[in-house]
Formats: sequence, C-alpha cells, structure tokens
Amino acid sequence: MALNFKQETFRDDYSYSNSAHAIRRFPFPFAEDQYMYSVNIEPHTRGNPGSVYEFPFDIDEHYIAECQDKKITLEQDPGRYHALPHMMDAQWDFLELTMTALANDYPEHFSLSRNGQTWTWENKPLGIRDTFTFGDSSTLASEPFDYIGRQVQGDFVLLDQRDGTLYADAGIVTSQADWSLAFNVGMSWKEWHGPVPRATEIGVMDRALKYLLNLQLANPVRRLNWTMTVNPRLDTSPENYPHWGGDRNKVNADNVGELVNLRVELQSLFRLPRSNAIVFSIRCYLMRLKDIASYPRWAKRLHRVQKTMHPDLIEYKGMTKFHPIVVDWLSKFDDGADLGIGTYPE
Amino acid sequence: MNMIDVKVAAIKQVTPLIKHFTFVKEDGSELPPFSGGSHIVVALDADGRTYRNPYSLMGSPTQTDAYHISVRRQENSRGGSAFMHENVSVGMTLKITHPVNLFTLAKMAHKHILIAGGIGITPFMSQIEDLKRLGVEYELHYAFRSYAQAAFVDELKKACGSSLYCYGDSEGERLDIKGLLSRQPLGTHVYVCGPSPMVVSVIETARDLGWPEHSIHNEQFLSPPVGEPFKVQLAKSEIEVEVPAEMSMLEAIEAAGVKAEYLCRGGVCGRCELGVLEHDGGLEHHDHFLTESEKASCRKIMPCVSRSKGKRLLLDL
Repeated sequence: MALNFKQETFRDDYSYSNSAHAIRRFPFPFAEDQYMYSVNIEPHTRGNPGSVYEFPFDIDEHYIAECQDKKITLEQDPGRYHALPHMMDAQWDFLELTMTALANDYPEHFSLSRNGQTWTWENKPLGIRDTFTFGDSSTLASEPFDYIGRQVQGDFVLLDQRDGTLYADAGIVTSQADWSLAFNVGMSWKEWHGPVPRATEIGVMDRALKYLLNLQLANPVRRLNWTMTVNPRLDTSPENYPHWGGDRNKVNADNVGELVNLRVELQSLFRLPRSNAIVFSIRCYLMRLKDIASYPRWAKRLHRVQKTMHPDLIEYKGMTKFHPIVVDWLSKFDDGADLGIGTYPE
Repeated sequence: MNMIDVKVAAIKQVTPLIKHFTFVKEDGSELPPFSGGSHIVVALDADGRTYRNPYSLMGSPTQTDAYHISVRRQENSRGGSAFMHENVSVGMTLKITHPVNLFTLAKMAHKHILIAGGIGITPFMSQIEDLKRLGVEYELHYAFRSYAQAAFVDELKKACGSSLYCYGDSEGERLDIKGLLSRQPLGTHVYVCGPSPMVVSVIETARDLGWPEHSIHNEQFLSPPVGEPFKVQLAKSEIEVEVPAEMSMLEAIEAAGVKAEYLCRGGVCGRCELGVLEHDGGLEHHDHFLTESEKASCRKIMPCVSRSKGKRLLLDL
C-alpha cells in the first residue's frame, strides 16, 4: 500500500499532526496501570499488518517531513553525526540492513538492485537515485551510515562489542529525548546509563547488557521507552535546549491536550553481520494528549500511570514543570473502570 | 531460534582425523555474511536424539555462497563428531544456526597475535581474511603434532605469507610463548584457540608479563563431558527429566520437549544459564562463564556442559 506523505513541520509553527490511521497504530506503551523500569525486551518479530511492528523499520506518513527535519538539524549541527574510524564495517552493515529492509517492505517507494558489489538505490519519496560500490565509501557522497541514516526515520547508534560491554562508537541522532551524541560517543554501556534513576540498583542494566551481548543475527529485539514533550518537536537535544526547554512553562489547563505529546520510542536492536556490532534504532512517535484521549481506554490508562509515577522518574524525564497539569487533565477521562491488561486502544 | 536449512555440498578428508564440510543453501541463494571468528551450531538428528555442536566458520566472511567448517573426530566422541565423520554425506540437508561470534577481533588493536594449536586453527581461518581486508598487522602462530597431521598449512602459507609461523612438534619445533609475547609492541592483542593447556599457558604468560586483561582473548569450546546419570526436576514445567551419562543436561531437557535458551552450547556465552533451586551433593561446573564465586554458590548452572554431583537437581525452568 502506498503511503500518503504529509507536508508538516516539527519546529517553528509545529504543523505536525497525526491522521486517524496514525493515531490508531500509535505504539501506546502502558499495558498496566502502574509503570516501573524492567527489562521489557521482546523479539522484534513481524507484527500485524498496518501496525508499527509490521516491518523491521517502520515508515509512515511523516517520512518526508521527518527526513527534512533531520536534514535541518544536521546542517545546523554536524556533530549530530559521528562515527569512529573502526566502525566502517558496521556502517556498511547498517546500509545493507536498512536498504534491504526498505526495498523489500516498501517496494512502491524504495528499490535496491545488487549486481555483485555494484548497487543501485532508489528512494522515490526523497527523489534519490545512486549507484555505488558496496564497501567503497568513495563511491558515495558521504560515509555510508551518514548517507542512509538520513533516509530512514529515527535515530541510530552503532554499538561496538568489546571487553564484555558495548560502546556507542557511531551515531546519527537528531530526534533525541534530551541526550547528546557528542557527549555519549565512545562511552560504554555502564557510562551512558549512569544517570537512569532506580534502574542500576535493581540490576536492570546488567541483565539487559548480558542479554544484548548475546544478541543474534536475524533475531532482533525491541522495547518501548517513553517521555513527554511539549510541542511535537523531534530535536529535544541538550544542545538546543534554549529552543524548547522554556516551552515546558507554557503548559496550562486549557492548552495541555494540544501542547503536550506522549513521546514513544520504539527501540530496536539488530546484530550486524560483518562487524559483529549492534545497531540501536530509536524510532520516535509523537502523539498529542488530545489525540490519545480520542480512545477512552488509553486516556484512563495514561491517567493511572501518570498519577502513580515515581517523582524521580518524573524529574528524570523532564516533566516536573507540567506533570500535575497533565494528571489533572487526564483525570476527567477516568471513570475508574477496570481496564485489564494490554495496550490496545479499545 | 531461527535456523537455516543447508545442504552438504562437499566433504573432504583433510587429514586422517579432520574432515572439511561445505554447506550451501538449497535454493542456491547466499548465506548471511559474518565476522571473523564466528561459529555456527549444527543440528544433527541421530539415534533418536538431536546433537547440536558448535563449529567455527572458516574461509572468507565475504564469500557467502557457501559456509565451511572442519570437524576433528574426537576420541571418546559422545556421537557428534563421530556422526559428522561417518554419517553425514554429500547431498544431505542439515539445520544450522545463524553465525554467532564469541571470539571477535579487537578492532582498535594495533597488532594481532593469533596462536592456534591443532584444530584450534579453524576460527583463525576466517579472522585472517578480516585482518587482511582491513590491512592490519598480524602474526599467525600455528602449533601442531606433525606436518603430516596438520590441516591447511599450504592454504595458510598462500594466505598469510611471511605472517605465518608453523611449529611441528615431531620436528622438534616449539612455540616459545613467553619469548613471543615479550617482544610485542604496546596495543597488541593476543588470541588463542587450541588444547586447554596451551590456552591456559598463553593466558597466564600474558598476565605474568603484565598484558591488560582486555588484550587477551581465547576460545575454548567444550564438548559436554560424560558423567554420572542424574535426575532433573523442572520447577515451572513440573516435570522430571533423566540425564543419562552420555547426554548433557541441556540435551536431556530439550529431548523432554521443554524449550530452553541456548547459544554456544560450549560453556562460553552464558545464554543457557539456569537457576538452581535445590541440589543434593553439589554441582559439577565445566563452563567458562560463571565466576568462581557464582560456581561456589551453587545457585546457577550452565546446563550445556555442567552436571550434578548428586542424584537430583531442582531447576527454575
């Protein structure tokens, strides 16, 4: 099925919006009324047709606008792309993985023809067609990870595996929830998870690392993470904090449903074949609270989860300023009915 | 676990004890690329049970029209290597896992010293291809009993040229591990695969010379050892499984129809780890994964290679 790509923005006038179809397929992350960190990793297997899990890399109606926003961010701050020299094999692995997946899963929009090492890639939505030699960076306009990372929705970090841990040794990161690639590049698993409250004590990070070190080819895994963002802004980076941090003071009882977005990250991890590296894919979905509330079950669930959220987590996720307003607004949707377990909308 | 169906395309007797197997996809398509040092697990159905044995992938990781493994016929084989030697023939289909790498090259090393003993040469056969492709400095030191019994010497000479150093025990040629490791520049990593005494010797010599722990790499897959029979009770599945002398606990659990996690099946990766709820005489740990204190606590066990010292175990599975 061909997608209808929208013209919209993730900054300035924030014209971003979700169609009814996009709302329905939103990966709502709360299956229960209480939230706590856990190793909520599951196999990244093919999901239902139309769902965000249907394919390894989800392309949706926001594709063109998101790639344009990524381009703007990279132009303003080239440091959002970084790759250490020993990651070149991993770069080509990533290019192969994403090009193969997109061409296979969205044949109306992408195609890849391989003739030995000579590959031709066509990206119709972005009007790109290039022929290059696989493994030879000089045949592409930029490094392979940079080249294709700009053409896939989401952020990507390439993790090198050595000394019994994972190092974030390359990344293309333009839609991050307040973390910095420039700060984290070259860091080990324990270093970059240092600030997560309450998770280290309960051993979650050690167990997750152990699991990922054994991640296998052709057996990717995924988890959902979430936060809340004021305005549908992809680039909520520490580097650009002055452009978005103050928006958190603008939320009030009248505009909260319009202004506050539930930001869900579909995080998936794939083992890469030639490099034995891992690609960490962070695909961001933004949904205005008023759109979430179009499904009463979601509104009730979100209310209960937020109402019982630990203050440390509210602070860590940067929601302290507006969180009481969100809980108050959501409360009017909650009749206390038993919702059972599950993330489905109705 | 996603398995790949492969067909045996060729079998070659390399030495009196070593056979080389070539696997291709039945439909002629390419197999997945892999990284040097990777292994696959080959599943074999024989005598009413399934053997799953890990073997290093040889050859170039970029030539993926076929996979290559070499199998040394083990004395006192539990059946896996004997079956590969006697019963596997050209044209047969087998199931293999996707490649897994537990013996990776350190990409940031300035120099690589590879030390192989006997059949331990196999993981290096793919690593040298990666090293050559990346253009990094390396030496391959290959020790074996005799030139007549050594596999792949001619191939290696062609592939490695002056980077290859051979040591035939019968010719009185000895690898001086201490001398070799003493003269390496800072930033060198050492990799060893071979018989246990050799692996231990390389690791200890490197440590004694003050090499950093992260610069010392080894691969030592274990075959599940034969032991005394015992019973395993699975707390969650609520069943009891007999583990015969010549079967591993993991194999017995699988044969009973219980799904258990696994990856390397050689006591290295840690994926099959199970919690021990009760035991009546201690555990016989054979793995290289658990720490000494974990082993002493008797609360965890790697069922791929380890066993019970007593008659009965209760596992959290």
